[in-house]
Amino acid sequence: MPILEGEGVTKYFGGLAAVWNVDFHVNQGEIVGLIGPNGAGKTTLFNLISGALVPKSGVIRFKDEKINGLKPHKICKMGVARTFQAVKVFATMPVLDNVLLGSFFGTPHSTSSADATREATELLEFVGLSAMRATLAKDLTLANQKRLEVARALATKPEILLLDELMAGLNPTEVAQDMELITRIRDKGITIFMIEHVMKAIMSVCDRIMVLHHGEKIAEGTPQEIATSRTVVEVYLGE
Amino acid sequence: MLEVCNVNTLYGKAQALWDVCLEINEAEIVALVGSNGAGKTTLLNTISGFLRPASGSVEFLGQRIDGLPPHSIVELGISHVPEGRKLFADMSVRENLEMGAYPHHAWKQREETLKQVYQVFPVLKEREKQLARTLSGGERQMVAMGRGLMSRPKLCMFDEPSYGLAPVLVLEVFQIIKSLREQGITVLLIEQNVRRTLEIADRAYVLENGRICLEGACGELLQSDFVRKAYLGL
Repeated sequence: MPILEGEGVTKYFGGLAAVWNVDFHVNQGEIVGLIGPNGAGKTTLFNLISGALVPKSGVIRFKDEKINGLKPHKICKMGVARTFQAVKVFATMPVLDNVLLGSFFGTPHSTSSADATREATELLEFVGLSAMRATLAKDLTLANQKRLEVARALATKPEILLLDELMAGLNPTEVAQDMELITRIRDKGITIFMIEHVMKAIMSVCDRIMVLHHGEKIAEGTPQEIATSRTVVEVYLGE
Repeated sequence: MLEVCNVNTLYGKAQALWDVCLEINEAEIVALVGSNGAGKTTLLNTISGFLRPASGSVEFLGQRIDGLPPHSIVELGISHVPEGRKLFADMSVRENLEMGAYPHHAWKQREETLKQVYQVFPVLKEREKQLARTLSGGERQMVAMGRGLMSRPKLCMFDEPSYGLAPVLVLEVFQIIKSLREQGITVLLIEQNVRRTLEIADRAYVLENGRICLEGACGELLQSDFVRKAYLGL
């Protein structure tokens, strides 16, 4: 049962088709990977799903409800949260407050600030940032800012989480920690759609992988199928 | 060529580097590895003059450079390709590249250097007039590297050049870095792709919590149990 699906999704930048006629679906409880060369349209697709951009044509549905054309904050409140490739933390606010913002925003009714604080504290623990709760977000390393974005996104209580290059800039040992984090998020019942270039992670964590190239979907399948696809090796993996 | 000696660097009261010593010989590729937050970028910023060490010295070609402003250090022949590319978003690709050529000697030769950069990154020639903000992540990285080369450096420092690049481009970036040595450019490389880095570099330093905890030839480090566990995830 798809929780998120798109049909014929298309977006132009000037004359260039950044995303062209893309069909996709993500099933409830799945971890789906989105890969492709730089400039293939992966982040643009995430921007279309999260409402930062509006598609020129096509439809995107979340739990059978059309979401394209809605404002980003509406889409987030419905249960679609995301992180950003170029991190967008609230730089001059403490780590805890960044997460609190997510908690207060995501709750449909008034939450007591004690409850929100407890929840935010738990989320920081969950992503491994407890020790840094009072640090200003700008003073975190990039890797930790990305983890902070995960905590902030989770605080909005999403049903699906879009992760845009969570693992860029991590060494293999840190990648292993984040792989484990992603599995724990899924175990909370949250569906995951993730862009990642770290093949070791994408291949072992994902149930299914989609490949974009020049804005078009050129392949889709299990990690095994993708790793052995001639086309994917040529345009993306190399060697 | 470069000698960093007992450098201590602080952010306010927080000490980020502790008695760091490092040296680079001409035509070497030297790698700097370590976890996020270990102080790698701080060390690069200390060398390029964005940060001043509280104590210790940095010498380049026999001259003290700690305390000099960044632009003077570029003039002397050190170029820094920063983490996260740091392009001028509203300038074109060509303008960004030209910004790298402001040292006096480089400016005179900029047309020629530009040609060389376009040879290394043909896609930048195609995108010459495009604004940097409209480029993909991979293309931005190429502009950042190209801009670093426009100053005709003797020593080029790269901070995570493979960050966010597709695997096929990662291979290309490592190829390019290797080829710089043949052009007589010395390289200091920070990378999280530790295995490939240790494969192309001659020597490496491992930085942990602001201190150099290990150094040696890359072949040896690849065999070291500590490196395999902590940085290769084996």
